[in-house]
Amino acid sequence: MAEPFLIGEGMTGGYGGADILHGCTLAVEKGEIAVIVGPNGAGKSTAMKAVFGMLKLRQGRVRLAGEDITALTPQARVMKGMGFVPQTHNIFTSMTVEENLEMGAFIRTDDYQGTLAQVYDLFPILKQKRNQPAGELSGGQRQQVAVGRALMTQPSVLMLDEPTAGVSPIVMDELFDRIIEVARTGISILMVEQNARQALEIADKGYVLVQGANRFTDTGKALLADPEVRRSFLGG
Amino acid sequence: MSVNLRNIALFAALAVLYLGTAMIYGWNLTLTIVNMGLISAVMALGVNMQWGYAGLFNIGIMGFVALGGLAVVLVSMPPVGEAWAAGGVRLIFGLLVGAASMVAAVLVWSKLPKGRVRGLALLAVLIVGFTLYSMVFDPAVRAVEAVNPSSTGYLGGLGLPVLLAWPAGGALAAGAAWLIGKTALGLRSDYLAIATLGISEIVLALLKNEDWLARGVKNVTGLPRPVPFEVNLQQNPAFVAWARDWGLDLATTSSIVVKLSYAGLFLVVLLALVWLVETAWRSPWGRMMRAIRDNEVSAAAMGKDVTRRHLQIFVLGSAVCGMAGAMMTTLDGQLTPGTYQPLRYTFLIWVMVVVGGSGNNWGSVLGGFLIWWLWVMVEPIGQNVLSVVTMGLADGSWLKSHLTDAAAHMRLLTMGIILLLVLRFSPRGLIPEK
Amino acid sequence: MDILNAIVALLNFVIIPGAAYGAQLALGALGVTLVYGILRFSNFAHGDTMAFGTAMTIIVTWGLLALGISFGPLPTALLALPFGIGLTALLVLGTDRLVYRFYRKVKAAPVILVMVSMGVMFVMNGITRFIIGVNEINFTDGERFIINAREFREATGLAEGLAFRTTQGITLVVAVIAVAALFWFLNRTRTGKSMRAFSDNEDLALLSGINPERVVAVTWIIVAALATTAGVLYGLDKSFKAFTYFQLLLPIFASAVVGGLGNPLGAIAGGFVIAFSEVTVTYAWKKVLTYLLPADWAPAGLVQLMGTDYKFAVSFAILVIVLLIKPTGIFKGKSL
Repeated sequence: MAEPFLIGEGMTGGYGGADILHGCTLAVEKGEIAVIVGPNGAGKSTAMKAVFGMLKLRQGRVRLAGEDITALTPQARVMKGMGFVPQTHNIFTSMTVEENLEMGAFIRTDDYQGTLAQVYDLFPILKQKRNQPAGELSGGQRQQVAVGRALMTQPSVLMLDEPTAGVSPIVMDELFDRIIEVARTGISILMVEQNARQALEIADKGYVLVQGANRFTDTGKALLADPEVRRSFLGG
Repeated sequence: MSVNLRNIALFAALAVLYLGTAMIYGWNLTLTIVNMGLISAVMALGVNMQWGYAGLFNIGIMGFVALGGLAVVLVSMPPVGEAWAAGGVRLIFGLLVGAASMVAAVLVWSKLPKGRVRGLALLAVLIVGFTLYSMVFDPAVRAVEAVNPSSTGYLGGLGLPVLLAWPAGGALAAGAAWLIGKTALGLRSDYLAIATLGISEIVLALLKNEDWLARGVKNVTGLPRPVPFEVNLQQNPAFVAWARDWGLDLATTSSIVVKLSYAGLFLVVLLALVWLVETAWRSPWGRMMRAIRDNEVSAAAMGKDVTRRHLQIFVLGSAVCGMAGAMMTTLDGQLTPGTYQPLRYTFLIWVMVVVGGSGNNWGSVLGGFLIWWLWVMVEPIGQNVLSVVTMGLADGSWLKSHLTDAAAHMRLLTMGIILLLVLRFSPRGLIPEK
Repeated sequence: MDILNAIVALLNFVIIPGAAYGAQLALGALGVTLVYGILRFSNFAHGDTMAFGTAMTIIVTWGLLALGISFGPLPTALLALPFGIGLTALLVLGTDRLVYRFYRKVKAAPVILVMVSMGVMFVMNGITRFIIGVNEINFTDGERFIINAREFREATGLAEGLAFRTTQGITLVVAVIAVAALFWFLNRTRTGKSMRAFSDNEDLALLSGINPERVVAVTWIIVAALATTAGVLYGLDKSFKAFTYFQLLLPIFASAVVGGLGNPLGAIAGGFVIAFSEVTVTYAWKKVLTYLLPADWAPAGLVQLMGTDYKFAVSFAILVIVLLIKPTGIFKGKSL
């Protein structure tokens, strides 16, 4: 098999002190959805941040479309086509929805009106509320703004850190639908999820992390079917 | 202070600096610098308590120092009987009326339910209170200030020994600090800075304008002294004989002896304060303060009332500044509100603390002496440097006279640059905290 | 009862001076609030940035006058203002490069930056004094009045004269233009929006590819423009003295905090709140009341709540009340 589109390979490192990641490997293919699940404190978000360059790696490499990007800053990775949606503080609360999206397109020098229309097609509610301050929106709508903002750079990979944290189950289902739609346009998705079962259902590939290392890696379906994964991580 | 060679060397170098000054400029001038150095060291100690121990940024030191100066007048000057008779009691009563209406306003605000009634009631209380206050207070002030305005025109003080004014100055400053701390502590750190800046401007405005209190810009001169006058010494036969035996000039010697006695008094205060804060710092209270400073969040999580502790140390530090202010006014023998400049009494003290070493008491002492010396000497040194620089220019040329005039402002630049350089390249100062 | 005369007196002594002073404070507070929003510290050097900008403008004004250039009925200083702004921008950009940038890099605590800004304040003050000295300088020229008190009396037949000085008119016009330009910039341009984004959420702004150094540089340039404009308007209206600007620091900070630090709209509102409070509290109301009340009710005293020497106390009292009741200010602070 050819090399995956984005891969963080054998990543080891932490925030200054002790290592949090121990030889962790994550990868996602073009247009597919990869989901990282695992117990609390397993280093899921840390692994994702490592892929995005927000963490200094002691060992391991990150490659995007075959190019080694390990040494690049997060900003430089955005330029290379990676989009990142943090778990919290992921919108500009005092700015309108449209301004949020504009800021997403800040690095683009071409006309981004087309992308803006695409985002509004994907999230119609945002078009309705385009002139409202993003801080006044509901939790689910804020997440849509956050994802929309990241899409404005037309990334080839979109990384989501627990996009459904704190939203209701109905909103969660809707968000997952939208994420599938995004993936269908050819954008690879790498996301961390707390709601492991639902996330694995839409995942092409699933990673179960424990203590900063890969425990199980398989397709989403296979993981859901694996009795050991079910028992240990999906609550039976 | 851990007795290490570096610190000893630093203090030795300081001593050499002062000795050298004495060689060139004579002991009389040097002792003047030493006395203000001692007072500066006490001020720096107070600021260091706030900044080094608790990270509180006080930019109103001048106000606390001025309050200390006011205390000297209020404690040591004899009461002006005529002024008291003219309207003293009425004046005090007026102040009480003012205070009572403030209390009433606060009560109305806190007790009544929210709504229009509360607003109207508050306004009514304020208007009635203010009218009553000015009806009682204003005539009293006019009467008091009319009493012999060229020499008194104020109520005078209590006529107590002047040394009592030192703790009183501390207490006055502590009171003001408590009010400020209550308002601004527990909010963002910048707010305390802004609030202290405000209080110091107001204290100065009060001192300059309330003539009945301390004669305003007419100054109070001839404050009692804790040490003998030079003239008295010169008339004292024993002293005269002693000076003659040693072959000393009478005028200079008497002046030096007076300055030395002041220095002795100040030194006692300084050493006592250093001993007190060092002891406190090693006590459980000091450990708690350090814990709070190093990690406010976790200290708060352990149940420490951070804001209360901050208030405590803010009040204590300000009290030390107030005491230093009282000492300074005692040394000057007069209270001159017009001479209080934030540059001199706020900023300079900060330079002392930062250069000496934030969080280290001995550092503050060193910084106090060193920076005060620089402050005094920058101007003559600047003059010299400029006269060398402008040597090539023709006498009377525009640039030359401009540069020579500007030498007077070199202090600001020098001190500002010293502060910035130390903050940038040696933020821990000359004697770092252990 | 003489309502017309009362209104004229009120306009003359309270409303016009209050509005002009309010506009000057608002411009000053806008600078403080911008620095707070983007660089996240209270800039104590702001007063002296204003002083420096004004000094530069005065020197250019002198140069223009020496060349025989003047601005007709308007003060020549307005022609010199852009040069003053340019020179001040160079100074603050240089300061940022030499001083503040280091602390940004090491992510120093805000209180350290406040202290550093105090050091900068004294260096700037020293430079200003070095260049222009400490004397009081009056640099207004051109027409002195838009409306002259005597002519007003003759034209209207009222007992009370109305004086509207050119400097007051200019203050209001220039302030409106400056504020409109600032808000247009912040809300309509890409760079302005990126500044708001940076102020709102620094991390996300970085993720969006917004260059922080560029945002900071643009902020300093705008701050230099606002500070110089505010300083020149204040200097034209009163007079220039190197250290009066330090004393403006308190009302300016009070304005910014009252409106909500970091909020430009709040800074403007706060400026006028502080200015009008100061003017109304220190104004002797006797004149207005004499016109309004029946003759035998006329007040004996000046009806002045507080001497003008205590105007700082007014800013301070308002500041304290706001800190006690609503520390985030009238408009919620910390956002642009």
